[in-house]
Amino acid sequence: MSKKPTTKKTAARKPAKSKKADKAASWKRADGRAFDELRTLKIESGVLPNADGSAYIEMGRNKILCGVFGPREMHPKHNAKPNEAVLRCRYHMAPFSVDPRRSPAPSRRDQEISMVIRSALEPAVFLERYPRASIDVYLEVLEADGGTRCACINAAAVALVDAGIPMRDLVAACAVGKIEDKLIVDLGDYEDKKGQSDMPVAYMPKLGKVTLLQMDGNMSAEEAEKALNLAIEGCKKVYEVQREALKKKYGIDQPQDKPPKEFQPEESEEEPQKEEGQQ
Amino acid sequence: MSKSNIVSHLKQKKISEVLSTGKRMDGRGFGDFRELTIKRNVLFKSEGSAEVWLGKTHVMVGVKVGTGTPFEDTPNEGVLMTNAEFTPIANAAWEPGPPNEASIELARVVDRGLRSAEVLDTAELNIISGKLVHIVFVDLYILNYDGNLIDACSAGAIAALMGAKKPVYNVVDKEAKLTGEKVPLTVRKKPVAISVIKIGDKFILDPTADEEDVMDTRLTVTFDEAGNICTMQKSGSEGLTLDEIKKCINMAQEKAPEIRAKAIGD
Repeated sequence: MSKKPTTKKTAARKPAKSKKADKAASWKRADGRAFDELRTLKIESGVLPNADGSAYIEMGRNKILCGVFGPREMHPKHNAKPNEAVLRCRYHMAPFSVDPRRSPAPSRRDQEISMVIRSALEPAVFLERYPRASIDVYLEVLEADGGTRCACINAAAVALVDAGIPMRDLVAACAVGKIEDKLIVDLGDYEDKKGQSDMPVAYMPKLGKVTLLQMDGNMSAEEAEKALNLAIEGCKKVYEVQREALKKKYGIDQPQDKPPKEFQPEESEEEPQKEEGQQ
Repeated sequence: MSKSNIVSHLKQKKISEVLSTGKRMDGRGFGDFRELTIKRNVLFKSEGSAEVWLGKTHVMVGVKVGTGTPFEDTPNEGVLMTNAEFTPIANAAWEPGPPNEASIELARVVDRGLRSAEVLDTAELNIISGKLVHIVFVDLYILNYDGNLIDACSAGAIAALMGAKKPVYNVVDKEAKLTGEKVPLTVRKKPVAISVIKIGDKFILDPTADEEDVMDTRLTVTFDEAGNICTMQKSGSEGLTLDEIKKCINMAQEKAPEIRAKAIGD
């Protein structure tokens, strides 16, 4: 594994003001990123012709394909719920995605990740619109480079939108970790393995809700809070890339956060509208 | 767990009604645990064991110490493995068969707590580098299910490991031979997991099976004795706001020392 994934510095750092600040600024991660810098992130939607919705993500050197099928009839039928759709997720790593080769059979880790991905996405989907149906989210990790569960969530959220499934918000995910007692955002494979702790977080930026939260390693409660805030900042950056991916596919180029004129509420209706948004 | 939606709606209504009066169905306060009893070394044939009762939740934790080849990337380190078994006697809705999501999550959360806190000194479990190491199996055996398995099992796992012994090997000419002697495992830290569940706008500790059935979401936080967090795991299909997460962490942090004291038998 090379320790230098292909990342470019996106912004020039400000000149340091004191020696201490100088030291902090000169501290670099194994791949040269700043502590809060994400890896290169590319998302493309609508890449699989046979799926109802799909997305491809490259997050650093992670390469993941996501296909969404449904809402469609649940198979087997006894798994259907009478009042809402069932979201099913399958996280799967290709045998050649890691070194050494891994067996294609699902491991305990895969099953747990499938579960946390599902519960990260569920709060965003209007499942109650499709009673008795299933919505299947299949994730194939073609190459793994640390932080696959976050990358999977990012791709899956875009693919669900691409499938035309109504959603409350996109779900963006990003990990924060600790290495050499410093907090860093979006851990690469090397940082994931050598670091002191790892905290994957998924967040719905519009609703302000965390839908995935895991942590391993060692952190004080204060550090955990700081890390959580950093992760949310990271998620917001990912969110923008997700939006871009969707806009690109559907050729929409609206100014951000401003619905087209015909969808803007009239003055008199503004108050009840706000209340609804807060629910 | 078995979730019949119609029953759940009725249950949810009743449980929420009672919660809104500041109490719970069994009369406990939101931050109260049911009675926790842990008996250590109750089994003969296992290297360490603990029997845990948390209210009606009943778990047997067995530690077996075997040998095997180390992982390629850690040739000088022993291995710790945690496995959970949902026995069909524990709940009418549980059937024999391969592990389901809930049992995998249980095993993984307890396992990650033990690993992250570096409870065992894996270097100490080395016998012949690259060839033979001790493998410590922690088996979480659920005998009766009434909610909050993660907390019960994590306390039980620490209790069982603290009483566990490993056989001593003598290495002569790269051959390992049992000496027949047994020495206690070194347990360096004592992490315990505390789960906080959210029902409506209420946060409670130590949920019963009924409360788990209707919960919106759960956040499990594992603390070591220094008050540092070793593991977090959110599950359930609802989001949490930042303030809610802080609240959960605080509730868990306050409770952890009490549960640890019971687990280590002080």
